[in-house]
Amino acid sequence: MTQTTDKNIAKLSIKLLGLVVVMFAFAMWVMPPLYNALCEVLGINGKTGQQYTVVDSQIDTNRTVKVQFVAQNNEAMPWKFAPNTSQVEVHPGESAHVTYYAKNTQDRYMVSQAIPSIVPSRAAEYFHKTECFCFNQQPLAAGADADLALQFIVDRDLPEDIHVITLSYTIFDVTEMAAKQDSVAAASK
Amino acid sequence: MGAHHGPAKGLTRWLFTTNHKDIGTMYLWFSFAMFLLGGSFAMIIRAELFQPGLQIVQPEFFNQMTTMHGLVMVFGAIMPAFVGLANWMIPLMIGAPDMALPRMNNWSFWILPPTFLLLASTLLMDGGGPNFGWTFYAPLSTTYAPPSVTFFIFAVHAMGISSIMGSINIIATVVNMRAPGMTYMKMPMFVWTWLITAFLLVAVMPVLAGAVTMMLMDIHFGTSFFSAAGGGDPVLFQHVFWFFGHPEVYIIILPAFGVVSEVIPTFSRKPLFGYDSMVYATSSIAFLSFIVWAHHMYTVGMPIAGELFFMYATMLIAVPTAAKVFNWVTTMFKGSITLETPMLFAIAKVFLFTVGGFSGLMLAIAPADFQYHDSYFVVAHFHYTMVAGAIFALSSAVYYWIPKWTGKMYNETMGKTHFWISFIGFNLTFFPQHFVGLAGMPRRIPDYNLMFADFNMMSSIGAFIYGSSQLLFLFNIVRTITHGKPVTDAKVWEGGTTLEWTVPTPAPYHTFTTPPEVK
Ligand code: HEM
Ligand SMILES: [Cu+2]
Repeated sequence: MTQTTDKNIAKLSIKLLGLVVVMFAFAMWVMPPLYNALCEVLGINGKTGQQYTVVDSQIDTNRTVKVQFVAQNNEAMPWKFAPNTSQVEVHPGESAHVTYYAKNTQDRYMVSQAIPSIVPSRAAEYFHKTECFCFNQQPLAAGADADLALQFIVDRDLPEDIHVITLSYTIFDVTEMAAKQDSVAAASK
Repeated sequence: MGAHHGPAKGLTRWLFTTNHKDIGTMYLWFSFAMFLLGGSFAMIIRAELFQPGLQIVQPEFFNQMTTMHGLVMVFGAIMPAFVGLANWMIPLMIGAPDMALPRMNNWSFWILPPTFLLLASTLLMDGGGPNFGWTFYAPLSTTYAPPSVTFFIFAVHAMGISSIMGSINIIATVVNMRAPGMTYMKMPMFVWTWLITAFLLVAVMPVLAGAVTMMLMDIHFGTSFFSAAGGGDPVLFQHVFWFFGHPEVYIIILPAFGVVSEVIPTFSRKPLFGYDSMVYATSSIAFLSFIVWAHHMYTVGMPIAGELFFMYATMLIAVPTAAKVFNWVTTMFKGSITLETPMLFAIAKVFLFTVGGFSGLMLAIAPADFQYHDSYFVVAHFHYTMVAGAIFALSSAVYYWIPKWTGKMYNETMGKTHFWISFIGFNLTFFPQHFVGLAGMPRRIPDYNLMFADFNMMSSIGAFIYGSSQLLFLFNIVRTITHGKPVTDAKVWEGGTTLEWTVPTPAPYHTFTTPPEVK
C-alpha cells in the first residue's frame, strides 16, 4: 500500500467518524427539542403551551365557548384527583378561573405532576394558561389535600367551528423521579 | 512484514488476526451460531403457539423469547453474516490485498462475542431478560423494564460500535483500495450495495445509540425524554427508533440484493441487466429510506398530512425496488440457466421477497394499516423480507463462494435438499400468518383465539421443518470442509466474471499483493 493511500484512508475515516458524532448529537440533542417545537408550532400533540402573559384583554362577547374539564390518574397513581367544576362557558378573550381537587390517599409524602392534553388538538394553540398547577410538580404530605388552581383565556382567534374544548389532565406519580432529580442536582454541585 | 507468510498457528491466529479472510470466516461462523441461538428461541415460540392455551412457557418468558429472537436474529445473525461476506469478498472483488483498516477490523469482530454473551446472560438475571420487543418501545423499556435493561442498553451500544467500525472500514476500503482501472461504475454489484449499506450504517447506528442513551438517562438519571410525567413523550421514542429502524431494514436487505445480483448473472451466463439502473435504484432506496420511518407509526395519532406524506413516500420506495426485481428477471430471460443450489436460493429470494414487497405495499396504505398494524400480517410481511429476502440470500452466498473459500465442492444433492426443505418449511410457516393476521390475531402473544388454531399449527410445523433444515445446512458445510471434493479451477462457476474467480482456488491467505489490471 502506498503512502498516499494510507493518508487518504486516515482522512476519510476521520470524516466518517465526524458523521457518526454528528448523527449521535442529532439524535440526542436535536431530535427531542425539534419534536417538541414542531408539535407546538403545528399545534399537533394536543399539548398546551407554557405560561401565557396577556397581551390585550378585549373580549369577544358574540361567541361563547364551552370548556370541559376531565381528570385521569396514570395507572400507578393512587391519589384522588378530579375537577371541582366540570364545565364552564366563556367568551373568547375572557379570563376564567377553575380548580381541581387533589388528595394524597397514601400514608407517605408524594410528588405529582399533571400533564395537560386538549381535544380537539387544533384548539391547543388557542388555549392560553395564565396560571396552572401543571407548570410545577405538586407535593402533598401523607393524607393531605388541596385545591389546585387553573386560570386560562381562550384566544379570540379560535377557529369559528370550534365550540367545545375539552381539557384533560393526567396525574402522574413522580415522587421517585423528583428524588432522583434532586440527588443528581446535588451531585453536580 | 513479509507479504507471503501464511497464517499463524493455534488460537492466537484467530485472536490477533488482521487478515480479511480470517476475520470474514470468524464473522460467518459467529453469525451462524447466533442464527442457531435465535432459531432455538423461535422454536420455543412456535412450540408454545402450536396450540391455543398456555402449555410450555409462562407469558413473561414468552415475551423474553420474542424479544431475544428478534434482537439476536437482526443484530447477531443477519448483520454480522453480511459483514463477514463483505470482509471475505470485497477485497477479492476489487483487487485489494486486504481491508483498509485491518487492526480495527479485528476489533469490530471481537467486540461481538462478549456482547452477545452479555445479552444472552440477561435471560438468567433477576427479573429476566429484555421482554419489551425488539423495538423496545418506551415506557415498556424504561418505566416498566426489568433491571437487566441496563445490560441490554450496554449491549446495544457495543453492537453499534462494532457495526460502525465495520462500516467505516468498508467505505475506506472501497473508496481507496480499488485496483487500477476499477472505476466505481465497474465495481461488482455486491460491492456497490455494501458501499451504500455502510453509509446507511454510519448514519443511523449513532441514532440507535442516541435512543438507548436517552433510555439510560431516563432510567438512571432522572431525565424525562420519553416520560410524559416529566414533560417528555413516549411517541418521541418511536420517532427516534424508526428513524434508525427503517434504514436498518434496508441495511439488512441491500447486501442481499448485492448477493443475488452476483449469483443470477453467473448461473444465467449473462451480464447483469441494467447495471447502471441497479446502482441508481439502490442509491434512491437508501435515500428514501430516511423519509418513510413513520409508516411504522400510523396509529399513534399523527396529523392527516403526516399520514399522507409517509404513505406516499413509502409507496415511492416500491418503484426502485420493483426496478431491481425487473432487472433480475430480465437477466434470467433467455439466459442459459442452470439450477445449482446458489441459483435456487437466489431465485427463491427474488420471488419471495417480492411477496414481502407486496404485503409491504398493503401495509403502506395508512387507512388499511389501522387494521393490519400489530397483527400477524406484519409478522408475515417482515419474515418474507428478512428470512426469504436476507437469509435465503445468505444461504445462496455460502453455497456460491464456499468452493472458493475452502477449495472443496459442497454436496449438490444435500444443497438442493436443504433448499427445498427450507422453501417448503418457510412458506408453510409464514404464508398462513397473512391470513391469521388479517383475521385479527395480534402479534407477540402466547395464547390466541381458537379460530386461529389450525393456521397456527401449520405455522409451527413449518417452523420445525425450516429449523431442522438448517442443521442439514450446517452438516453440509462441515462435510464440505472435511470431505468435500477438491476444486482447483480458479473459475469455479463457468459463468463467474468478477475478480474473485481469477485467484487460485482455494483463495490463498494473501491475494492481490500486486493489484490486478482491470480493463
Ligand atoms: C416495498 C418495500 C416495503 C414496504 C412498502 C414496507 C412497508 C412496511 C410497513 C408500512 C410496515 C409497518 C407495518 C405496521 O407495523 O403496521 C412495515 C413493517 C416492517 N417491515 Fe417493511 N416494507 C418494505 C420492505 C421491507 C424490507 C426490505 C424489510 C427488511 C428486510 C422490511 C422489514 C420490516 C419489518 C422488520 C417491519 C416490522 C417492524 C416491527 O414492528 O417489528 N420491510 N413495512
Ligand atoms: Cu419501515
